[in-house]
Amino acid sequence: MEIYWNSIYTAIQLIFTLDKKLIEILALSFKVTFIALLISSILGLPLGTFLAIQKFKGRAFIVGIINSLMALPPVVVGLFVYINLSRSGPLGWLGILYTPTAMIIAQIILIFPIIAGLTNQVIEDLHENYKDLFLSLVTPQFHTIKAYLIDARYSLITVILAGLAKGISEVGAVIIVGGNIDHLTRVMTSTITMETSKGELSLAMALGLILLIMSVIINLIVTYKKYNFKAKYYEK
Amino acid sequence: MKNKKNLLLPVSVQSLSYIKGEKKLLNKVFCKISSKGITVVVGPNGAGKTLFLKCLHGLIKCNLEKVLFAGKPLNKKIRLMQSMVFQSPILMRRSVINNLLFVINQRKINIKRNEVMTLLKKVDLLHLAKEQAIVLSGGEKQRLSVARAIITSPKILFLDEATSNLDPYSVNIIEKIIKEVNKKGTKVIAVTHDLSQARRLASEIIFFNKGSISEHTKASSFFDQPKSSEGKIFISGKLFV
Repeated sequence: MEIYWNSIYTAIQLIFTLDKKLIEILALSFKVTFIALLISSILGLPLGTFLAIQKFKGRAFIVGIINSLMALPPVVVGLFVYINLSRSGPLGWLGILYTPTAMIIAQIILIFPIIAGLTNQVIEDLHENYKDLFLSLVTPQFHTIKAYLIDARYSLITVILAGLAKGISEVGAVIIVGGNIDHLTRVMTSTITMETSKGELSLAMALGLILLIMSVIINLIVTYKKYNFKAKYYEK
Repeated sequence: MKNKKNLLLPVSVQSLSYIKGEKKLLNKVFCKISSKGITVVVGPNGAGKTLFLKCLHGLIKCNLEKVLFAGKPLNKKIRLMQSMVFQSPILMRRSVINNLLFVINQRKINIKRNEVMTLLKKVDLLHLAKEQAIVLSGGEKQRLSVARAIITSPKILFLDEATSNLDPYSVNIIEKIIKEVNKKGTKVIAVTHDLSQARRLASEIIFFNKGSISEHTKASSFFDQPKSSEGKIFISGKLFV
């Protein structure tokens, strides 16, 4: 049990002393994940909606591929991005391997299918209710997609949270393409892995605890807002 | 909302058929609707009334060249001049007022806020303007659907059993609105099972049976002396075989 108390003590100490290293790691972790999440959402939400409402040849195939990509192993993604960004790779000239940009790219590949796939499922259900209305109103495609995204916003927040969880907890890909370089590409998960291998379990546990607390806080806030809204408007 | 001249009349349907699998749901339907009054489509369940309405409104892919509005085949421009109220109200997950604003913004309708409020008052929903549409009662939902349908000032208003399962208060409001918009020049084509409502509203009746039109006549003639034997049986309330 000692290790738990030690790690809790270390975590509290790190937080309340505003440890520079910890802040740096936290800031980079959230920066990488939030940028990846933002780009994935900008691309994935409209694409998932489009695939839910538009019937065309090959649609089922594309949805199937996206659903399959939802379960992509992070290390495989890391390897794929590494090969492409390494000097001998096709995108080696960009010179972005072992930078936060490479980590963002890897996370986009992991988060994007989750956002697009889950959005597709959420909007498909809503489309069953709305399709005749939009057809009757002769609503243009752009307005239709926008309306679906607005009306399904509370379910889509959960979708975005799933993307956030995937990004913030991911370790395999960011270590491969980021290299876990101090002051440059070191994030929470890669630090936990490194500290554990060094035998510094207290610091690793402390970081794990902070990661856990932050995830719980974000989830609680969003869930509270969601149910608060439902109670206010729908349960009268 | 004043539009005396109706650009979409007459509505001509020439040998319209709709086949699903091996079933002929619409079988060579011919008709010409030219009266400005309210046309009520009646008939037993499964006769093809709703399907007919959906074909006229372009919700179902039929042979569009067989449906002509003022001599022109159904196209996007014509569909923008039509509105439909469905049997089960389809409302967006927004407030009452935002359900109306969605259509106003999308169609870029030039309408003042007080006109929107007047319309809400007309359907007795002004006090619920900021409520979420999802929490409304069945009657309130359908009244909102009607308000949304007429806010575009349609040339043709389709009603698919719009008042079934509603309380008399809502039925009364909706019927009043239907008569009012019709007076202002909107052609109303309504499907109903309620014969007393058909008597109250219809200037002409289209009687559907087994996917085709058995009778298309003035309402008074249909109710006094239906020409078809099926029409007689239907009016008498006997079981249709």
